[in-house]
Amino acid sequence: MRKVYLYARFQRFWHWMQALIIFALLFSGMEIHGLFKLMGYEAAFHMHNYFAMGLLAFILLAFFWYITTGDFRQYLTEGNLLDKILLQARYYMNGIFRNEPHPFKKNEISRLNPLQRITYLMLTLVGLPAQIIVGFIYFYFNELVALGMDPALLAPIAYFHTLLAYLLVGFVIMHVYMTTTGHTLTSNIKAMVTGWEEVEDD
Amino acid sequence: MEHEISVSIPNPSIMHKLMMARFIPVLLYLFITSTVTAEVYHNPVDQLTKSTADHTKFPQLKRNFKSGPEVTRACLECHTEASRQIHRTKHWTWEVPMKDGKMLGKQHVVNNFCISVEGNEPRCTSCHIGYGWKDKKFDFASQLNVDCLICHDGTGTYQKLPAGAGHPAYQTTVQEKKTYKKVNLSNIARHVQNPDRHNCGTCHFEGGGADAVKHGDLDNSLLKPDRSLDIHMASGKGELNMTCTDCHKTEGHQVPGSRYEPTAADKHGFDYPLPDDFPTTCSSCHGNTPHTTNKKLNDHIDKVACQTCHIPQIAKERATKMWWDWSKAGKFDEKGKMIVKKDSTGLPTYITKKGEFRWEKNMEPEYRWFNGQMNYTTFLTTFDDRGIVQINHPDGKAGDTLSRIWPFKVHRGKQPYDTQLKRFVKPKLYGPKGSGAYWSDFSWDKSISAGMTNAGLKYSGKYDFIETEMYWPISHMVSPKEDAMGCVECHAHGGRLESLGGFYLPGRDMNPLVEIIGFLVTIGSLIGIIVHSIMRYTTQKKMKREDAA
Repeated sequence: MRKVYLYARFQRFWHWMQALIIFALLFSGMEIHGLFKLMGYEAAFHMHNYFAMGLLAFILLAFFWYITTGDFRQYLTEGNLLDKILLQARYYMNGIFRNEPHPFKKNEISRLNPLQRITYLMLTLVGLPAQIIVGFIYFYFNELVALGMDPALLAPIAYFHTLLAYLLVGFVIMHVYMTTTGHTLTSNIKAMVTGWEEVEDD
Repeated sequence: MEHEISVSIPNPSIMHKLMMARFIPVLLYLFITSTVTAEVYHNPVDQLTKSTADHTKFPQLKRNFKSGPEVTRACLECHTEASRQIHRTKHWTWEVPMKDGKMLGKQHVVNNFCISVEGNEPRCTSCHIGYGWKDKKFDFASQLNVDCLICHDGTGTYQKLPAGAGHPAYQTTVQEKKTYKKVNLSNIARHVQNPDRHNCGTCHFEGGGADAVKHGDLDNSLLKPDRSLDIHMASGKGELNMTCTDCHKTEGHQVPGSRYEPTAADKHGFDYPLPDDFPTTCSSCHGNTPHTTNKKLNDHIDKVACQTCHIPQIAKERATKMWWDWSKAGKFDEKGKMIVKKDSTGLPTYITKKGEFRWEKNMEPEYRWFNGQMNYTTFLTTFDDRGIVQINHPDGKAGDTLSRIWPFKVHRGKQPYDTQLKRFVKPKLYGPKGSGAYWSDFSWDKSISAGMTNAGLKYSGKYDFIETEMYWPISHMVSPKEDAMGCVECHAHGGRLESLGGFYLPGRDMNPLVEIIGFLVTIGSLIGIIVHSIMRYTTQKKMKREDAA
């Protein structure tokens, strides 16, 4: 057992802010979608728009931080990525039940396993940007129609935005559950709060 | 005037310069500065600021008048072209020729209240701005038959008889069990004014024969409304106190704002400094981007009429008629007397002469896509009698650029039709015994025969009753902004627009496939983690036991 400093202050701040924003967006989005009535449609609408601006701001800030600090290298892998992902997946499907050690050790240089790398990379580079872009098209729909966009696209845009939101719900559920698969049930969450994580000895 | 200016400048480059130099800066200035604020709209006025003429001083009016046309003759001595102007208005002709060849107007249209003007003239024409329209022989070219006083009476004492073909009581008269005192024509002639809400209201607040019956958004509560009833016409201290003609800005007696050719979407917006032909729309004063705090509301304007959100309820204070079933008419009590049943508020629910009524107060209007084109079923239209017949219905659909969602009062009822020719019929309702008039003889067959013969229309001799719908677009009784409809009234399942199809409405509409995927993703991942954690728990336990062993 040893302690390693995995998450810099900015990363932790960004992570929890993004978590808050995404929860707020999912929550208000569901009300706008008509799944429940709690704060009222208009309040939910305003909340959704403000938090959407927040998400855009934070994602741009994160890009800036990752590029300038060089920390984006955490997301790069050498060798056959697919093999490594399968190895990690095999652990969750099988090894975890046999008390096998994690196939990839965490340390200061490499804190993400290959499955995390690909998931977070897809989320940050594809999923969230797509959702933000679609959301902004939705918000500025009238202006875009005035510029020549087909007004019949409203429904497909709205459906796509809803679909991505549901996929994000799936991610959030899995992501929260995965935090319990560390050295202890709470060691991953503790690490995201304090920056320090207990990891298995090499 | 404005139109003449533009016509007299044939050179487009001069026009262009004029636009750039004059109109665009003014437009920009208005765009930046103009917001309609709730300041007192009318400055305090005395008689001298109102007019250059004091009618009490005219020698022509210092005399006794025995009849309405005599007064008109005196008016025409100075206002030489007044009657000729009136002759061009639909207030006079009750006739509106449409582009598709149909002839509309009060004189011609079917309605599901008293069904038809023709054949019932002396009664219906108590709301005509003329004298003596008692049958088909009325002279529409007569200048003396124009009734100036019904619109210009400034005393509030001028009143037409209910069945006087447009004449007031020249002697004290009893009609329909009410006494009508002799009107003082000379006094009224000396106290004329520009029409105010009392003048317009005489007919328009009492359309359908009594207060609030017909429109749903026009009734006598608008004579002295508070701001929650009508923000524009509110007459209390510090309120706008606007009258009918402030929006229905009249020139040469032509009153704009037509029910037959309405403007469903005013793309032009502000009317000043360049007016359009539709000075009565909301955007004539408010422009097309009136919302400043929640700008997203402006994104609705291309698809939702202002009236839809800003008139959340109609018939706010007085119940309006919603159902009129003529087929129930003609029942008498055991003594053979006519029956009148009233509800707890005193409104009639059954009258032997007229049938069954239903009323509603302070209710939500119905919503339809509307592009400004009303489709009418006339007395000449053959219809399918297997369902409900729409006497008129708003044309429009979600996808087109002209249509917006509009509120309507939909008046429903049952009325007679010709079962062989499948057309509406014109029953004669009003008239003496033996004339065939339903209200005297109580025979539908005779009444329809008499009405159709008088109109020169065919009647097969076979009639029945059919259910009808009539749409009345809503524009009055605008609520103050704090009472405007909230988003969720429409953006919800089971909201006000639940049954309006053809477009995506956030909060109401869902794609079944997306929802199924969403459900599977959510439930699938939840089940997945539950199964996974149970397996982790049991295998861990098992291994611990094995370790211990």
